[in-house]
Amino acid sequence: MRVFAFLGLLAAATATLAMPAAAQTRDNVVLAFSLEPPMLDPTANAAAAINDVVYWNVFQGLTRITANGDVAPGLAESWTVTDDRVFRFKLRPGVKFHDGKPFDASVVKFTYERAKADDSTNPQKQYFAPIETVTVVDPLTVEVRLSRVDGLFLANMGMGAAIMVHPDTAATNRQTPVGTGPFRFERQIPGDRVILVRNPDYWGPAPRLSRVEMRVIADPAAQTAALLSGDVDVIPFFGAYEAVAQFRNNPRFQVVVGSTEGETVLAMNNAKPPFNDVRVRKAIQHAIDRQQLIDGVLAGFGTPIGSHFAPHRAGYVDLTGVTPYDPAKARALLREAGFPNGFETTLRLPPPAYARKSGELIQAFLAEVGIRARIEPYEFAQWLDVVFRKFDYDMTIIAHVEPLDIPNYGRDSYYWNYKNPQFNTLVTSLNQTVDQGRRAEIYGQMQRILAEDQANGFLFQLPKVMITRPNLVGMWKDQPVFANDMSEVFWR
Amino acid sequence: MIGFLARRLVSVLVTLALASVVVFTVLEVLPGDPAQMALGTEAQEDTLAALRREMGLDRPVLERYLGWIGGLLVLDFGRSLTYGVPVVSLVADRIQVTAPLAGLAMLMSVVIAVPLGIFAARNHQRVGDYGVMGFAQVGIAIPSFWFGIILILLFAVWLGWFQAGGFTPWREDPVAALKSLFLPSLALALTEAAILARVTRAAVLDTLREDWVRTARAKGVSENGILYGHVLRNALIPVLTIGGLIFAFLLAGALVIENVFYLPGIGRLVYQGVTQRDVVVVKNVVLLVSAMVVTVNFLVDVLYALVDPRPKARA
Amino acid sequence: MTISRILRHPSFLIGALITATVLVMAAVAFVWTPFPPGQVRIIARFRPPSGINWLGTDHFGRDIFSMIMVGAQNSLSVGAVAVGIGMAIGVPIGLIAALKRGWTDDVVSRFSDLVFAFPAILSALLITAWLGPGAVNAILAIAIFNVAVFARVTRGAALQVLGREFVRAALAMGRGPLSTLLVHVLPNVAGTLIVQATVSFATAILAEAALSYLGLGVQPPNPSWGRMLADAQNHMFNRPWLAVVPGLAIAVTVLGLNLLGDGMRDLLDPRMRERRGD
Repeated sequence: MRVFAFLGLLAAATATLAMPAAAQTRDNVVLAFSLEPPMLDPTANAAAAINDVVYWNVFQGLTRITANGDVAPGLAESWTVTDDRVFRFKLRPGVKFHDGKPFDASVVKFTYERAKADDSTNPQKQYFAPIETVTVVDPLTVEVRLSRVDGLFLANMGMGAAIMVHPDTAATNRQTPVGTGPFRFERQIPGDRVILVRNPDYWGPAPRLSRVEMRVIADPAAQTAALLSGDVDVIPFFGAYEAVAQFRNNPRFQVVVGSTEGETVLAMNNAKPPFNDVRVRKAIQHAIDRQQLIDGVLAGFGTPIGSHFAPHRAGYVDLTGVTPYDPAKARALLREAGFPNGFETTLRLPPPAYARKSGELIQAFLAEVGIRARIEPYEFAQWLDVVFRKFDYDMTIIAHVEPLDIPNYGRDSYYWNYKNPQFNTLVTSLNQTVDQGRRAEIYGQMQRILAEDQANGFLFQLPKVMITRPNLVGMWKDQPVFANDMSEVFWR
Repeated sequence: MIGFLARRLVSVLVTLALASVVVFTVLEVLPGDPAQMALGTEAQEDTLAALRREMGLDRPVLERYLGWIGGLLVLDFGRSLTYGVPVVSLVADRIQVTAPLAGLAMLMSVVIAVPLGIFAARNHQRVGDYGVMGFAQVGIAIPSFWFGIILILLFAVWLGWFQAGGFTPWREDPVAALKSLFLPSLALALTEAAILARVTRAAVLDTLREDWVRTARAKGVSENGILYGHVLRNALIPVLTIGGLIFAFLLAGALVIENVFYLPGIGRLVYQGVTQRDVVVVKNVVLLVSAMVVTVNFLVDVLYALVDPRPKARA
Repeated sequence: MTISRILRHPSFLIGALITATVLVMAAVAFVWTPFPPGQVRIIARFRPPSGINWLGTDHFGRDIFSMIMVGAQNSLSVGAVAVGIGMAIGVPIGLIAALKRGWTDDVVSRFSDLVFAFPAILSALLITAWLGPGAVNAILAIAIFNVAVFARVTRGAALQVLGREFVRAALAMGRGPLSTLLVHVLPNVAGTLIVQATVSFATAILAEAALSYLGLGVQPPNPSWGRMLADAQNHMFNRPWLAVVPGLAIAVTVLGLNLLGDGMRDLLDPRMRERRGD
């Protein structure tokens, strides 16, 4: 019993000591995120948490995706394009990897050829498919020749999977990432945190922070507690939407609501009866109240979408009015399609909370119009295998987080089994279009077709709710790519 | 005696061999592809095939099984498919959470249960006894994960004395590490303490009835002298055996509790290993856990045999 | 065993009372709940307990009292079926092992050693990963463990009975092994088995709750106490009461069954009572 009392006192004592000291002099940040990165090499694993840690902080590509989603110069300070197919990149001089080795054109050649090779295990190998040759012109000039026009090439080369890796460290980056970024990897404490420290030899403006700790806190309740206790300064992607209100009313915190690239869809197997009938797909969309869904699942955060496109992107068209919440209409459509008494179906759900919770609500919505959906919770591995790869499902819910991924509806073989030649034509012309205004126009036409066809149920754009200290400046509001770019973050 | 031990040892080895086959088979039939798990939705077929080759998943089943067992015999556990590091180092990291967690829980349950058990025995069929037995019944009925949630509610949310979850590593701050294990250990300890209190009480009562205790009493040895000098020592044997069994419960309990408190321990490693299809981690850790359970059971049997030399038909 | 002795036994009485209450609640839920248990009302989210929603509402505005009532059905049925399967397979196996001895006995012992070599929750995790989460597979996972438990308990008890004079006499007088088991052994081990069944039932309910807490048990729209707890944990800071009710439901049900089991053990086996010194 004495042990008890002693430990209790100890706990109380340390809790008092842990009160945060004056913040003005600080040059370190403790950030928390919910999923642990399994490794730290974005060229070897698709886990989003990897880029959450290393993107631009540790690893950098020739181009860079900025806070508002634009493509900006990265390790290439400029480039020229000939015939839309030949890119001549001028590299920044004096760039060094964290181990002191120089970055030059040979590294670019190595990186791209490695990603494109037959035995490549790059999760985004298709980014490199159009590359025909990579030629070292001189140490600071590299020429990349494409076999076909690719309107997204410059953007893709700014993604995490296309970051520059040195031949000597490519194999060991998984555990000890060595890049060119403003922060060096110090160490990872498995299951707990990753620690980054300032790179004193950084080629660009010196980062204002000397140390960034990224803690893994999976539990929403624990995230709330860690913020309140002062253990954590910022949670860029806060999971406990219901708890946001209490931070709104607290002057110690600031709530920043932004957007992600995650279009959350109720995917339907377009090839499988009864989902091959557009009336059934429309009936399902009519049965779902998007606002109630957003209130119930995301505590009101998040924007309803009427097609597969992010509202903050150029070219967005609001199509939520095409198929509004209307259970009577849904029942009528079902009757018309030959299902006066509804039907039985399954809803195979991957693990994320938004998917599981949306699934429970949509199950209730569908029950109202007579559709009896059985929920089958899947682990992610199983979901990938059964739903995504084998197309063996009726309905599922998932957020598609790749930016501008609407052309996926034109893929020959994709798990939605959606086919529309008119859409495919648009995809072809989009790929050959470089002009941004024209691209936006094509995106608009694509969205309309998908809404008319009701290719899937379109639910909401996944929000990014950040809770931060009010005097911490420079964190990204939106999430154009998975990243916590700390290069320009500082305490005011 | 030697014969009994030899037979038990053989059966331990047979059980472990069977366990390895079962674990391996189950992991073979789990739906899901570790390569796709690593490379995600955009990965192409040739990329997946390349990674599967790299992971050694393209070899025939029997070759992989024998390769695994052969590795085990020379203490080579392979590399985690998810983390890419040797399983040994993963386990070495995670055991720093689970072992102290189980140890602390064990300590707590002994500290709570043994005095309560003695107290109940001394107040046999009086209010104190009923109180302790009532506590024991409630303690057994409360699910440890719920008790964990309630503890978080009380001590982390309302009082703010502890973190609501997570673990501060030992080398960062040993006090904070201990602190982050305190509530989870307590959550685990409750059920075990309840069981242990009942066993202690019964053992003390049993011993108090023995002839030699009556003799000692007749000789005028004081009640406390009897209790602490003789009875406790004898009552300790059944308590210790149960303690061994509780160890297995604690391992199992850790799996759930580590998920409640988000502790990076062995239990969470297995849980995540299963969801991530990290078959190398899962098969080794599961076999390690069952080896521990089987070994503890074996030791308990040995202990029984030492205490009571009659060869027992195990019930 | 007289009625007055039963009535004077407090733990049996309390246990029976609690168990009966839970059973009645589960039975009533078939015909009546205050609200349809799956009814979602987003406007009525997180209502505190009131005259309308006796225990409040959850994050989808579902009535918690109704969910607890239907949750009782799920807990009890998963537990009962799992233990039932465990008994139906485990008891005959145990009896045969005790009678035949030799290699049959060895196989049975190896099997239960193997099952016990994995902590139950670990094998349940692997089984649900393989076959998919859900009530049926949760039952299967719990049942496998119970088969081993009942095989072992039955075998031990049967061995004792088989060693007694009157059974040996019956066998010597030419009674067939099957009829000996049915006529002499089974009735004499029945008491032990009933007590074990109660305890296993309680354990099964705890196991189901733990599996559902991890998301591997009963699936929506069927409410489950364990999943209600998992949901509640997310809202612990703002709505702590959500975490209290389902946990209490589990604890009280298990307490009732354990008390009942203990009481029955005492009533059925006075020697046991003597030894344990109650």
